[in-house]
Amino acid sequence: MARNTALRRSDERRNALFVLPMALFAVVLVALPLVYVLGTSLVESGQDFTFGAAFTLDNYKKLLRADYLKVFLNSIQLALYTTLVSLIIGYPFGYFMARAGRRWKALLMMLVIIPFWTSALVRIYGWKILLQANGPINAVLRGLGLIDKNIKFLGSYGSVLLAMVYCMISFMILPCHSAVDKMDFTLVEAARDLGSNPARAFVDVTLPLTMPGILAGCVLVFVPSVGIFYLADIMGGGLVLVGNLIRDQLLKVRDWNTGSAMSMVLIIMSAGVYLLYRRSGGDDLGVF
Amino acid sequence: MARRKKKRKIFSPIYMTLVLIVLYLPILMVIIYSFNAGRSIGAWQGFSTNWYTRLFNNALMGDALKNSLILAGLSAGLAGVIGTLGAIGLAHGHIRGGNAIESLATLPMMIPELVLGMAYLAVFTAVGVKLGMTALVLTHTAFCVPYVFINVKSRLVGMDPAIEEAARDLGASPMRVLRDITIPLIMPAVISGMMLAVAMSLDDVVISFFVTSAETTTLPLKIYTGLRSGGTPEINALSTLMLALIFVLVGLSQLMRARSDKKLYSSK
Amino acid sequence: MQEVLLSLKNISKNFGEGDVLSGVSLDVHKGEFVTLLGSSGCGKTTTLRIISGLETPDSGEVILNGQDMTDLPPEKRPVNTVFQSYALFPHMNVEKNVAYGLKVRGMDKKAAADRVAQMLELVQMSEYAKRMPSQLSGGQRQRIAIARALAPQPQLLLLDEPLGALDLQLRRQMQIELKRLQKKLGITFVYITHDQEEAINMSDRIAVMRGGKFEQLGTPEEIYDRPKTRYVAQFIGRSTILTGRVVLADGSLAVVENENGSFTVDADYAKMTVGEMCDICVRTERMRVSRTPVEGFSLPATVREARYAGGSVMVYVNLADGTEVAAECGFRMADAPKAGDTVYMHWNPAQAAVIGGASYGA
Repeated sequence: MARNTALRRSDERRNALFVLPMALFAVVLVALPLVYVLGTSLVESGQDFTFGAAFTLDNYKKLLRADYLKVFLNSIQLALYTTLVSLIIGYPFGYFMARAGRRWKALLMMLVIIPFWTSALVRIYGWKILLQANGPINAVLRGLGLIDKNIKFLGSYGSVLLAMVYCMISFMILPCHSAVDKMDFTLVEAARDLGSNPARAFVDVTLPLTMPGILAGCVLVFVPSVGIFYLADIMGGGLVLVGNLIRDQLLKVRDWNTGSAMSMVLIIMSAGVYLLYRRSGGDDLGVF
Repeated sequence: MARRKKKRKIFSPIYMTLVLIVLYLPILMVIIYSFNAGRSIGAWQGFSTNWYTRLFNNALMGDALKNSLILAGLSAGLAGVIGTLGAIGLAHGHIRGGNAIESLATLPMMIPELVLGMAYLAVFTAVGVKLGMTALVLTHTAFCVPYVFINVKSRLVGMDPAIEEAARDLGASPMRVLRDITIPLIMPAVISGMMLAVAMSLDDVVISFFVTSAETTTLPLKIYTGLRSGGTPEINALSTLMLALIFVLVGLSQLMRARSDKKLYSSK
Repeated sequence: MQEVLLSLKNISKNFGEGDVLSGVSLDVHKGEFVTLLGSSGCGKTTTLRIISGLETPDSGEVILNGQDMTDLPPEKRPVNTVFQSYALFPHMNVEKNVAYGLKVRGMDKKAAADRVAQMLELVQMSEYAKRMPSQLSGGQRQRIAIARALAPQPQLLLLDEPLGALDLQLRRQMQIELKRLQKKLGITFVYITHDQEEAINMSDRIAVMRGGKFEQLGTPEEIYDRPKTRYVAQFIGRSTILTGRVVLADGSLAVVENENGSFTVDADYAKMTVGEMCDICVRTERMRVSRTPVEGFSLPATVREARYAGGSVMVYVNLADGTEVAAECGFRMADAPKAGDTVYMHWNPAQAAVIGGASYGA
């Protein structure tokens, strides 16, 4: 077809050269390890993955054990709760942030982003201090005369959920904020002008128009929540999540094959949620 | 009308302030309790900088700090180069398989860290890469590349293509355009991407946990092991230092961003 | 005007979804101001990009000063472009922007600084030398873009809708300034616009483009007075097109007839044979309205409306079959025909054009 010129071809060659290191990294440090996990999950327990090994689905069948299923369900349930609570708290925050004045907006944005940059581990530790039996919250409650015995927060389901929401909420606030920020608010005025009360205008106009942001936030919170691993450990309590299960398979039971199968299920679940989201017309999920 | 406006004006600041307090209170706690005189991490027993002195006298801590900084610097640097080049190559080009490379390279952001960590450990053991610093740098670079790549690419895509064309039109060769026009214009994005990479590297526990060796430890790993055994004010002091490090980084990057924005986009 | 500077030979370009350009040929003379005029998607920007080297044609040749430049990259062509978005380098101040073309060509600093100062003076922007582009208004950026493109002294300046982003008043002012600049420097301009008025005001020649081809290439007078196709007639100015059969042709005058009556045109430049169908284009401001029949014409019409249009009166009429015709007349409103009046349309036969008439343009 087109007469290809030296100009265009040299540009293309340069671009290909530039992409090369990243392609190499992607293949060696992303594709290869994942293929290896997949391979390991498909060979018999106790064996290493080699080409030509006999494939089996045994490791996956093992996952159907009731206690394993319970762990998966626990993780999904916790992730769903986390997503829901993050949405309820994060959406209004993102909304108000987008409606704030220009100078405030920049400051608020920075205040939301800073925790996102700081170590999740350190921040959870902060909660642990707050929630200690002899810690500040109990001290305040006692001081106010509301309780006479220290409450044991740590280890409760609520404390784990709190820490989860706390770690994930930036991922909800930011997409919600940008969706509201992009919205044309004369549309709300038009709805009001046509006779809607504020609540009705919100439900009929604002909510549908900011739905892409809500969906993006939900995916960004839900997917990592399922696979989170040290959080429940640190907060204490007996909650076993997929993350703990996989870690125990690897480091305690030393059954890499089953651990790999569990990882594959986790990956497939994450990819499934993401694909479903993209299929329903969701935007590309970038970083902030 | 006026009354309604007023009501909202009261509600939204209160709400936002509350959320922000909850967001920052734990961070504040970590900092405050690093000055606690007692060993307890719950009860306050007076002010002291004792734990910092202990920390600085602990050679192991110094090693962990050094390792973390080297690791963050190297992997952010590598990711900066790889991600930036990749973004330039993929932004306008129609390279065969470009989409596949892009999806694959940004995949680490979507995969649970735990899975990545075990995958790396498995492959490194199988292929014979020695665990420790090399393995740490490789893996951290891998999960840092997407942050730089996406940041830079979105900047490139948002750029008016006529700007680069104008430079060609005025007589600059493609390499010259890259040097004089493209790179200066994407520099803020490259730097903020690399800052994010540094933060991610300093934050990482899970992947490091899998690929490090017994001799090589990092700050987050130290904090993690400290926390699993319940936490001590020493860990608080360590965490506070890390927080300070990250605050400085964020502050610097925001400052730089503001300055370059001011230069490029200010109106009269 | 004799020497050919740029010559496009049978240029075609296809981006994969049909031809953007099919067989475009054009000779541009030294010192000439040539405008490519057309609505968006007609291929004018692609033509310009092929001349500058930012795009390469699938077939055909670009010849500048007798040299084949078809495969030369843009940086090796003595041609500069003023971009529609101005494309000023946002990280360089005005001075550095203008100096860029000189710097990459390795001109020494002193000479470059002198040239930059000279260019800024030319566009009356000397006091803005240290400003950043973000601190300039649209019109000021425009001037800098022109200064930057002129600084390397190109043999040919390409301008891609340079005034498109400016408001009407600034646009008119810049039209005059640009034309003055072009005359003063004697540089050849190839100019793109979709604004026919701008094209007519500024150009030595206009190429009207449509669907990747030239509809007509000629001087503004030719384009306006002797449109070659119905498209050109409709795209430029306001006019009425009447279709009819030639009933009489005596060499200099021809009489054309259709269901609305008959009318006379000057056939000096157009071969017309009796019995042939033809399209006649009459500009709105040349259409006359009379209360009594005029010799050579029998085009009765009913007045629909007469409206004051600032200095003239627009009379809207319907011909016998309902065809709507507008005429811009010199009446005062008080003298204008009223709605429902019967009037007779006519014009000076020499001022009507036979569309597609044979012997003009090339």
